[in-house]
Amino acid sequence: MSSLVLRNGFIVGASSSEVGDVLIVDGTIAATGDVGSVPSHTVEIDAGGCWVGPGFVDLHTHLREPGREEAETIESGARAGAMGGFTALVAMPNTEPALDSVALVAYVLERGARTPLDIAVAGAITVGRAGEKLAPIAEMAALGVRLFTDDGIGVQDPSLMRRALTYAAPLGVRLAQHCEDESLAAGGTMNEGPVSSRLGLSGRPAIAEELMVMRDIELVRLTGGSLHLLHLSTARSVTLAIEARREGLDVTFEIAPHHFTLDESACEGFDPIFKVHPPLRSASDALALREALRAGLVDAVATDHAPHAPELKDLPFDEAPAGMLGLEHVASLTYEALGGGADVASQLFDVLSRGPARVAQLRKSDTRQSLSAHGGALVTGEDANVVVFDPHARWRVVADSLQSRARNTPYEGRELLGQVRCTVAKGRLIVNEGLLV
Amino acid sequence: MIDSIRGQSLLTLEGLSARALVEILDTAESFVEVQSRSVKKVPALKGHVVASLFFEESTRTRLSFETAAKRLSADVLSLAVASSSVKKGESLRDTISTIDALGIDAVVMRHSSSGAALQVSRYVPHVRVINAGDGQHQHPTQGLLDAFTVRQILGERHGTSGQESGSELFKGLHVLIVGDVRHSRVARSDIQAYTALGAQVQIAAPGTLLPPDMTGWPVTLAEDFSEALEWADVVALLRLQRERGSGSFVPSLAEFTSSFGLTIERARRLRPETIIMHPGPMNRGVEIDSRVADLPAAVIARQVSNGVPVRMAALYLSVAGLKRDGAL
Repeated sequence: MSSLVLRNGFIVGASSSEVGDVLIVDGTIAATGDVGSVPSHTVEIDAGGCWVGPGFVDLHTHLREPGREEAETIESGARAGAMGGFTALVAMPNTEPALDSVALVAYVLERGARTPLDIAVAGAITVGRAGEKLAPIAEMAALGVRLFTDDGIGVQDPSLMRRALTYAAPLGVRLAQHCEDESLAAGGTMNEGPVSSRLGLSGRPAIAEELMVMRDIELVRLTGGSLHLLHLSTARSVTLAIEARREGLDVTFEIAPHHFTLDESACEGFDPIFKVHPPLRSASDALALREALRAGLVDAVATDHAPHAPELKDLPFDEAPAGMLGLEHVASLTYEALGGGADVASQLFDVLSRGPARVAQLRKSDTRQSLSAHGGALVTGEDANVVVFDPHARWRVVADSLQSRARNTPYEGRELLGQVRCTVAKGRLIVNEGLLV
Repeated sequence: MIDSIRGQSLLTLEGLSARALVEILDTAESFVEVQSRSVKKVPALKGHVVASLFFEESTRTRLSFETAAKRLSADVLSLAVASSSVKKGESLRDTISTIDALGIDAVVMRHSSSGAALQVSRYVPHVRVINAGDGQHQHPTQGLLDAFTVRQILGERHGTSGQESGSELFKGLHVLIVGDVRHSRVARSDIQAYTALGAQVQIAAPGTLLPPDMTGWPVTLAEDFSEALEWADVVALLRLQRERGSGSFVPSLAEFTSSFGLTIERARRLRPETIIMHPGPMNRGVEIDSRVADLPAAVIARQVSNGVPVRMAALYLSVAGLKRDGAL
């Protein structure tokens, strides 16, 4: 029997919050509030001044395994996730080869099971993510896959996307779209606008994203399917998604931290660290995203954690791969963007835990094989996936100190407010005092 | 604003003041005379090593730079590199580090990717980098030699030397830039040079060949090409960058020519003193009629020959400015 007690934290429940203890015994929350006496040999953690809430869930992690293990592995990605307060990650399927079959999904699930976290898998919508032929969605769903995406590229063919939505709907799974019309994005490397025009870099225009958001919302209306919009980056995209949700369509969306903390001006120095798809947008887009976040209109903040080997980010801007790290600083960035302070606690856990757990079907009410439940209310009987977040701590991002194998953080040297103190995954204390146990 | 490039890399003309530009033009003027000597050499960069690193092939610009470096008595390391570092399997950082290890003072660099010269300057901050054209971003020495050529011609007409005139001859000068601005690094450098020196710049191009968002550009768009041609003291034509796919931005080359080409009919209506320029290599019959290219008003050959003293000036100011004893 193992037991752990988190003392005197501000427990952020689903609807109410209070100062108290959380007792965890054998992977389950055994008691909360004033837990009184605890079993002998219980590990005591002082969570005074900190927030105690459900472990974070990332809907959008590129773990790179199989195929690009020099950039990240499932194991190193899980460590980075743990440092960031995550207890569950959804592994994106744009590996080499792509996760488009039962065998490959089973491989990642099996490797993921060796980590302390829950590693869920998003399967590919099309074979090889080539956008031509449906992948075996039902077979992968039978293994527990609940999200399907060709992320890295959107499904370009509207007829195929319609078919995928129709096929997936009765399976109880959700499609997730990387919204960019590639014929409009046409080899672009940064946001199309005044900066790209001056720098002579070809642009990926906002309309490339927004047009696909519009198209797919209409396809959901037509098919009755379920759709998650990945890393929406423009004010218009977010407005469209919110309107669709209000109309009752089953549309969810996420925003990524780099899109609400950085903008296209970061590309001025031609540093490929700032190259990402969809690209960093205008300052007013970033502001609109922060406003949506603060207004509680965002289903999830997701990292789009995209590790790349250092030598690939030393290529010219147009040749370098797109993507940046996210797992280890997203909680601080989201906390800062929410405005900081005690009254944003429930919002932080909504967008980093409860919202994404709902989208990924990782909650207690969702029946899953093998994976534990996430995004809970911190009540007795729940699986113990818990994070302790210190809203007062300040820390500095140092790429060389990150747990990810890669170093491509766009926040090098930046001081951030709010830090993950402890991560408890499936009842195990894996991060304590901001360090891996 | 930067008031002098002495001791600094020359990556872009953006941010250079009129003073910095005039210093380069004046220095270039003092080097023109070297070209007519029997011994075409000055010892200004003796003992310095200049590497010429052309990731994108360009015989003309490369020859011009290497001639300039040699006339300054620099040792020139000429390196052939594959057109794409990706294909070669080597990062930009590794390529420049290898060359740096040979011991160099400056690198003249051409690359098909925008920003590559700036990236390299970050990797080897102790080496002066002269951008010889990066993607669709900047081609600073072309902008400088275009301005130099205009000042030289206007100076001859006014009977003054360029050095006496400073930037005076550019005040109110009308420069019309025509064609594929979208894909043109020459246009981006020309616009910076001309406007910083005090000229007015108009752009004439089909909408598809304009940069997507020109907010903040110190130029106006010509509403009527014929009127703009009459307005212009200088008509600067751009190469239609067919190798960058510009052909698909217009219905046909013939339609581009009929709309925005400097045909013989249009050239006849120019004022007699209007200067016609082209950075080369020309698509004769596309942006410029072959007969127009051979008119006396077309100063294309003079642009090429001015390339050498202007590049000597850029190299000299950039590299010799490094000398610790301050002797220049």
